[in-house]
Amino acid sequence: MSQYKMHLLVCAGTGCHSSQSDLVYEMLRDEVDRKRLEEEVQIIRTGCFGFCEKGPIVKVLPDNTFYTLVKPSDAREIIDEHVIKGRRVERLLYLDPETEEHVLDSKHMGFYKKQLRIALRNCGTIDPENIDESIARNAYQALGKAITEMSPQETIDLIKRSGLRGRGGAGFPTGLKWEIASRNQANQKYVVCNADEGDPGAFMDRSILEGDPHSVLEAMAICGYCIGATKGLIYIRAEYPLAIRRLKVAIAQAREYGLLGEQIFGTSFSFDISLKYGAGAFVCGEETALIHSMEGKRGEPANKPPFPAQSGYLGKPTNVNNVETLANIPVIIMKGAEWFSAIGTEKSKGTKVFALAGKINNVGLIEVPMGITLREIIYEIGGGIKHNKKFKAVQTGGPSGGCLTEKHLDTPIDYESLTAAGSMMGSGGMIVLDEDDCMVSVAKFYLDFIVGESCGRCAPCRIGNKRLYETLERICDGKGTAEDLEKLNNLSNVIKDTSLCGLGQTSPNPVLSTLNNFYEEYKEHVFDKKCRSGKCQNLLYYVIDDEDCVGCMACVRVCPVNAITGAKKQTHYIHQDKCIKCGACMEKCQFDAISLLNDYPRAASTQVHA
Amino acid sequence: MNQKINLAPEVLAYMEKLNGSDGVEVVVNLPKEKVEQINEICNSFDNDPQELINVLHETQHLFGYLPAEVQDVIAHNLHLPVAHVYGVVTFYSYFTMLPKGEHPISVCTGTACYVRGAEKVLEEFKKELNIKVGETTPDGRFSINCLRCVGACGLAPVVLVGEKVYGRVSPDGVKAILAEYDK
Repeated sequence: MSQYKMHLLVCAGTGCHSSQSDLVYEMLRDEVDRKRLEEEVQIIRTGCFGFCEKGPIVKVLPDNTFYTLVKPSDAREIIDEHVIKGRRVERLLYLDPETEEHVLDSKHMGFYKKQLRIALRNCGTIDPENIDESIARNAYQALGKAITEMSPQETIDLIKRSGLRGRGGAGFPTGLKWEIASRNQANQKYVVCNADEGDPGAFMDRSILEGDPHSVLEAMAICGYCIGATKGLIYIRAEYPLAIRRLKVAIAQAREYGLLGEQIFGTSFSFDISLKYGAGAFVCGEETALIHSMEGKRGEPANKPPFPAQSGYLGKPTNVNNVETLANIPVIIMKGAEWFSAIGTEKSKGTKVFALAGKINNVGLIEVPMGITLREIIYEIGGGIKHNKKFKAVQTGGPSGGCLTEKHLDTPIDYESLTAAGSMMGSGGMIVLDEDDCMVSVAKFYLDFIVGESCGRCAPCRIGNKRLYETLERICDGKGTAEDLEKLNNLSNVIKDTSLCGLGQTSPNPVLSTLNNFYEEYKEHVFDKKCRSGKCQNLLYYVIDDEDCVGCMACVRVCPVNAITGAKKQTHYIHQDKCIKCGACMEKCQFDAISLLNDYPRAASTQVHA
Repeated sequence: MNQKINLAPEVLAYMEKLNGSDGVEVVVNLPKEKVEQINEICNSFDNDPQELINVLHETQHLFGYLPAEVQDVIAHNLHLPVAHVYGVVTFYSYFTMLPKGEHPISVCTGTACYVRGAEKVLEEFKKELNIKVGETTPDGRFSINCLRCVGACGLAPVVLVGEKVYGRVSPDGVKAILAEYDK
């Protein structure tokens, strides 16, 4: 890299890729070629920078200039002004929303200030399709160190001491998991990387695989060395074509360099990796279901024990780790357990990647030390709520998680504190909700997801969640009763206690946590037939304003269910019990006399109308 | 391969339903070259039953969908019961037994898109094309599907038409998207 004077890094993650970053790259290339700068300026496509809100992103090194929302047509200006004349293109710089000034250097952006990137260390820095760049950033050094200088047990002890826990959701200690797998004797063992990122709204695993695939391959080989496996499998969603392509390239390059395959680093250790594809089933993130799916079967979970560490893929001892967990391994081996365990809280060490989405200004991928507060994440990194609305809740842990509210804003985040607050770490999706969101509808949304994804094997999950969904639907339709509220609670607890796998055991969490934190809203839906955010269609009311209505009969004629009464030149009236909320009257009225209220028009209904 | 296929009554009823619904036609006879193409795919995976999901992926990539006849050929090659193949195809949402439109529209209904109004966008597509989710227009040009998170949450709500990604779609923008695909 040293012969170049300047490097332009173009984000080629899925977010930026979707908004034409490929074309930006091509245009920059063309422009550099035309100006004959190819000897001096290097342009590479990198993995995700995390700041997806303002993509496509182009970063210029060495001065760390961070261009946002770059269009293909901006390429010429960047080359002419910045590269040739050394003047930054002001209008493309990130505008700090508070100071309203352009930020010159990405290090001074609020979004990056509080972040600590370990798992994402290479994302947005290297060209993921070029192994030399990874190696220049120390890839495969940890593997070399482990297999030439350390025994498997020493390596496992190091991981144990670091305190690393599974980043896929449950937080099981990684070192311990490896140790158990290493103790089970068999003629063949397997290392599996779980890249079936099913939680909607979480995309950290994809970003790591797209931006830094070698760190995952390296960690799998290290795991293979520790537990005595020679075969690795990556189970990846078919919905991630870009990640699949980059993995294929990375595996081929690693094989070519002798970093995968027979006798790695001249030792007797051999290890190779192949890919297995998922096909869109959320439950396959559960490890026993994942193993079934890899065997070409329906992805239904199995009872544990036996654990995969005893009898997993093809009945052999199998160690399953999540992508983000693996991405931490090489750094821990190089920098030491003490370095890693100094970061984070007492029981949760290191960092966690979160995917910020929803009603927040800076949507994107962030990596922060465990123990950071939600307030810091949402207001300092996330830049606050969109359109200056009021914060209502943040949903963490996806369909298995729960909602955290205002009162949790200052709780330090780790595995334990999130569980105590009625949510969970999960894979790290964070959906921010504002005052316009209806919490009952949000719970219904997650239940809808669960009903679609339940594999159907056990009754509590298959039938129970469906009943939960129907109850929520009744409540949103304004047909809920007091008994429904009680039922929701009881049924949720039964499903939690009696389901077979993690999916069912956590599926009622969105209901329970919204019941706990937003019981008022449930009560309003049931007793007042009111949805304060106006999200529930059936709890909106069309009302005619007495003053504006001229009595033209237009709405009376257009109403398909004869819900509107009133004689000519007299104020008309909508009978709420008949109204089907089609909105035809509102469209027809030429005097803007009909409005939509989110509160039952009691006062009006008591008036006497003919 | 023109062997008789034994299907369960529910499956037959399902197939009849498919054949009966507007504009959707399920190919009944499989030409010889198609069978050979499937055989080739199966062979490339050594006819290993454990590779069933990979075989299905490649086959769907080739045909666009996985009708019963295709599943039958795969089951035969991999020495699996047809019911097993059918079970796997229907278990995973990525596999479909219905042909998609020329321009398959996928509306992301993941959480991030949901809270930013994906439902209204979906409603608009349904209204404009006059079909339901999972259906194809009678002229075979468009089909609508929902999918869960393409990971472009920064662009929510997201709609895919074929491979092309549209970000920050509003209900008002639906007509313009469809117009791009008008002949």
